[in-house]
Amino acid sequence: MASVGALLPTAASVDLRLSPADEKFRRELRAWLAEAVPAHGAPPERHDWPARRHYDTSWQKKLFDAGYAGISWPQEYGGRGASLEQQLIYYEEYARARAPYVGVNFVGLLHGGPTLIVEGTAEQKARHLPSILRGEQVWCQGFSEPAAGSDLASLRTRAERDGDDYVITGHKIWTSFAQVADYCELLVRTDPDAPKHRGITWLILPMNLPGIEVRPLDTLHGSSEFSEVFLDGVRVPVANRVGAENDGWRVTNVTLRFERGTAFAGEIVESRRWLAEIAEHARRVTNFGARARDDAQLRREIGHLQAEIDGLWYLLKLSIAEADTAGVPGVGGSAVKLFFTELKQRIGDLALRVLGRAVLSRSDVAGLPVEAWSYEALQSLSMTIAAGSSQIQRNIISERILGLPKERAG
Amino acid sequence: MSFRPSDEQRELKAGVRAFCEARLGLDRIRALEGSGFDAALWRELAEMGLFRLRLDPAREGMGLGLAEAVLVFEELGRALAPGPLVWTHLAAQWIEGAAAGAVVVGGLDFLGAADGVLLIEHLPLLDVLLVLREDGIERLDPRTLEAAPALRPLDPLTPVHHVAKLPRGERIAPASEAARLRRIGAVLTAGEQLGIAEAAHDLALAYAKTREQFGRAIGSFQAIKHMLADSFVRQEVARASVYAAAATLDHPEGGDVARAVAGAKINAGEAAMKNARTCIQVHGGMGYTWEVPAHYYYKRAWVLEERFGTVAEHAAALGERVSEPDGAWR
Repeated sequence: MASVGALLPTAASVDLRLSPADEKFRRELRAWLAEAVPAHGAPPERHDWPARRHYDTSWQKKLFDAGYAGISWPQEYGGRGASLEQQLIYYEEYARARAPYVGVNFVGLLHGGPTLIVEGTAEQKARHLPSILRGEQVWCQGFSEPAAGSDLASLRTRAERDGDDYVITGHKIWTSFAQVADYCELLVRTDPDAPKHRGITWLILPMNLPGIEVRPLDTLHGSSEFSEVFLDGVRVPVANRVGAENDGWRVTNVTLRFERGTAFAGEIVESRRWLAEIAEHARRVTNFGARARDDAQLRREIGHLQAEIDGLWYLLKLSIAEADTAGVPGVGGSAVKLFFTELKQRIGDLALRVLGRAVLSRSDVAGLPVEAWSYEALQSLSMTIAAGSSQIQRNIISERILGLPKERAG
Repeated sequence: MSFRPSDEQRELKAGVRAFCEARLGLDRIRALEGSGFDAALWRELAEMGLFRLRLDPAREGMGLGLAEAVLVFEELGRALAPGPLVWTHLAAQWIEGAAAGAVVVGGLDFLGAADGVLLIEHLPLLDVLLVLREDGIERLDPRTLEAAPALRPLDPLTPVHHVAKLPRGERIAPASEAARLRRIGAVLTAGEQLGIAEAAHDLALAYAKTREQFGRAIGSFQAIKHMLADSFVRQEVARASVYAAAATLDHPEGGDVARAVAGAKINAGEAAMKNARTCIQVHGGMGYTWEVPAHYYYKRAWVLEERFGTVAEHAAALGERVSEPDGAWR
C-alpha cells in the first residue's frame, strides 16, 4: 500500500502571510489614504447629482495621480496591474480608511473599461480607458429593459444599420448614473430573426446624442439612483461597436463575469467593517433600559455573521486564486455574489434591530448613525435583484457548476 | 500569500480519497455499525502516517503542517471513517505509541462547557483518555472509569458511554497546551465536517440527476436545484474557512488565530448539518430510511458538532470580540 509519505509536499502552499513587498505596499497605501481621505471631505447630499459626480470623479483623479487607479487593470492601459495579493490589500485598506465609494465611476472602472480591455479596438481603448481612470469619463449601463430583466437576452431595443451609423430605438431601465454619464455600454438587437442570443450587439453610446431622454426613477429609499433611458432614432457610428455585429452576447458575458467576480471585494470588506461598527454601537445603545449587547442571542448572532463574512472573504481569495490560474473570472463569482448579497441583508437587519425605534426617524438621533445605516439596509434590498437575482445565481450555480439539467429550454 | 492548495497537496488529498473509497465503501460502513472500530483499518491508517503527520521528523514524524493534515481529515470525514482519529492524532506528541497507532487515545474537551452530561466516545477501545481542562491536559486510564454504555447511540458508528464522575488524572501539559490542542482539534474536526458536507452534497446531487418524477429528473426543478446550489455555496464557504484556519494556525503571523478557528468550526458545522438535511430532503421518503446513507451524514454531523465547541459556543466567543477596536479588524 502506498504511504502518504510518497505523496507529500515539502511546504504548505495555503499560506496567508504577506511578503515584505506586500507589507510595504500596505504601509504606503495606508499612509496615503490617511492623508487623502480626510482632505477629500464629506460626500455631498444624495440627491445632488452634479455634486456627486464632482466628488466621485475628483477622488478618482486623486487615486490616479497617486498611482492607485485601476488597481486590477493592466499597466499598459494605465492601471496599477497589481497582483492578486495587492488587490485584496487595496480593498482592505480602502475600507479601513473609509475612503469614498467608487460611486459614479463604478460602471466605467468595473464593467465598461474591463470589457474594452478585452474586446475593444486600439482606437476605442485609447479614447476611453485613460479618461475612465482619470475620472474624466462617467459610464452607465444600458442592458436591462422593461421586458428583459432576468431574461436579458430577450432585449428588444432595435439598431438598424444606415450607412456608417446604427439607428437606435428602444427603452432601457435600471440605468445607474444615467443622469451624469458621458457614455453608456448599450446592448441592442441587430438581428431580430436570429435566435435571441445571436442577434445582439454591444455599442458605446455617447449620452449627449440627440434622441436620448433620461427619466430618473425613485427607488424605495427615496433617491433616484437609476433611470429609464428612452432612445428615439439615436444615430451611433458603427465605429462605436465593440466586438462583431451580433456577437454582443459573448462580449456581454465578459462584462457580467467581471460583475460577479472581483467586483464585490470592496463591498465585502466594507460590510465586515460595518458589522464591527454595529457591534461597537450595540455596547452603547439602550432600548427600554436594556443595552442591546447584553442580549446573549444578539452577541451570538454578531459572532456568527462575522464567521460568515470572514469565510466569504476567504472564499473570494480562493475563487480569485482559481480564476488567476484559469485566466478569466470563473462562475465561482456567482457563489460569492449570492452569498454576499444575502449576508449583507442579514447584517442590515441586525443594524436596524440594534437601532430599535430610532430607525423610524431615518435621520440621526441620539448620536446614532440612523441615516447611514438605514440607507445601507434599504439599499441592500436591491443587491439580491441587480446583476442577476439570487434566483438566477442559483440557476447558474446548479446548471453550470453542478451540471443539473435546465428546467426549460430558453 | 498563496491561497490555492498546491498540486502536491491535491495529490495527497486524492491519495487519501482513493484509499478511503477502496476501504470504506457503504457495505464496510454498515458492517462497522455498533463497534465503530476496524483494527485493520486503524493499522493501515497508522502505517500511512495519519497519527504522525505533524510530528517532528526527529521523532519519526512527517513534519507536515495543519494545511496538509486538514485535507486528510476532510477525506476521512467524507468517508465517515470511524474511531477517535482526531484525538489519537492530537495525542501523538505526548502519548507513547499513539503515533504508531499501537495506542488508541480518546478524549474529552472541558474547555467549553465545564459541566453537563459526561459522555465518552469509543470508550471500550481506548488505551488512554485525554482530558482538556482550563488548567491543563490530564491523562486518565479509561479502564478505571465506571461507565454505562448507551444501547443505541445517535451515530451507529460512534458508541458512547455515560460516566457518572470523572476523577482527576495525571497532568501532562499546562493550560496553554490545552488551549492549543483545542484549537487544532477544532480545525481538524471542521475538516471532517467539511468532508461530511461534501459527501452529503454529492450524494444528493447524484440522486437529483437520476431520480425521475413527472417524467423528468427531479434535479431539473428549481425547488431542488436551489437547495443544491445553497448546499454547494455553504460547502465552499466552509472549505475556504477551514483551509484559512489551518494556514493561520501554521503561521499565526498571517492572521488572527482564535478568530479563524472559530470561523472554521462555525461555517463547517453549519455546512455539515444543513447539507445533511438537504441530502435527506432531496431523497424524499428514501432519505428517511436506513437504506440510504444520508442518515449517517446527519448523525455524524451531530457528533462532530459536539466536539471542540459547538456553533453557538464559538459564535458567542467571536461575538464578544467583534467590537474590539482595530487590530483584529485589519
